Amino acid sequence: MAIKDVSYIIKTRDYYRAQGYTTDYLWAQFDTTPFTHLEKPLSESRIGVITTTMPDTEAGRVDRRVWSTASAPIPRSMYTEELSWHKSMTHTDDVASFLPLAQLNSLQDEGVIGSVASRFHSVPTEYSQRNTLEQDAPEVLARCRQDEVDIAILVPL
Amino acid sequence: MSLVARHLETNGIPTVVIGSALDVVEHCGVPRYLHSDFPLGNPCGKPYDKAMQGEIIRQAMSLLESAEAANTVARTPFTWGEDCNWRDDYARIDNNSREALRLQGEARRQQQTQDKADGKLRAAMVSET
Repeated sequence: MAIKDVSYIIKTRDYYRAQGYTTDYLWAQFDTTPFTHLEKPLSESRIGVITTTMPDTEAGRVDRRVWSTASAPIPRSMYTEELSWHKSMTHTDDVASFLPLAQLNSLQDEGVIGSVASRFHSVPTEYSQRNTLEQDAPEVLARCRQDEVDIAILVPL
Repeated sequence: MSLVARHLETNGIPTVVIGSALDVVEHCGVPRYLHSDFPLGNPCGKPYDKAMQGEIIRQAMSLLESAEAANTVARTPFTWGEDCNWRDDYARIDNNSREALRLQGEARRQQQTQDKADGKLRAAMVSET
């Protein structure tokens, strides 16, 4: 039997409805998608990482905003509790399963990539697309530019 | 996260998204997407499986180099395991959970009303508990 991809849009819709919400969530959709070619080889590129997990600190657990954290040493944990993930099926105890810093460090050692940015960025998942579009996305861009990032890897949990 | 990828790309930073919610990402549209067909939570590979985690990042790098146009989607070669029950298990709604979910929704709306009164303008998506 062919495997069918999970429809998280339908599951989310049904979950909201079961909780008594009367208006379905409207997922973002666009007619066109931007595209930028790589300007230089991977071996000369600095890679930035962006995650939806928050710093596992007192402030990171309560303050929903863009956070930046040093890429080294790699954090031993990230705060994931508020995010939507399959809590009955897996866990987020191994940060490398969603925050690929160790893997990128290995690729840097091999010379496959130029370097890993000195910090990575946390961006909160927001019900409000306006918050993401008008506040968080520009903030992440500004920080990536400060970091002189050539390429960004984004990993939603 | 797709919105952030689009914003970075629009402003000259090439991106790749690695995730496990194919329909959500494709609905929005991103420049490059690597799909891990896993339960939500470990898009970079199974916990503590360093070999798999390494391969997935290599594939993401390869996708960065090979993609020639927007909305390029690739899949990792890995599966979660032979047991596919996780697909139906996530956010399952049945007669046993319906009343609990209704009560959760009521509590959440009360909290949202309180947050608004307190000037908190940010809220997460509802998450499975």
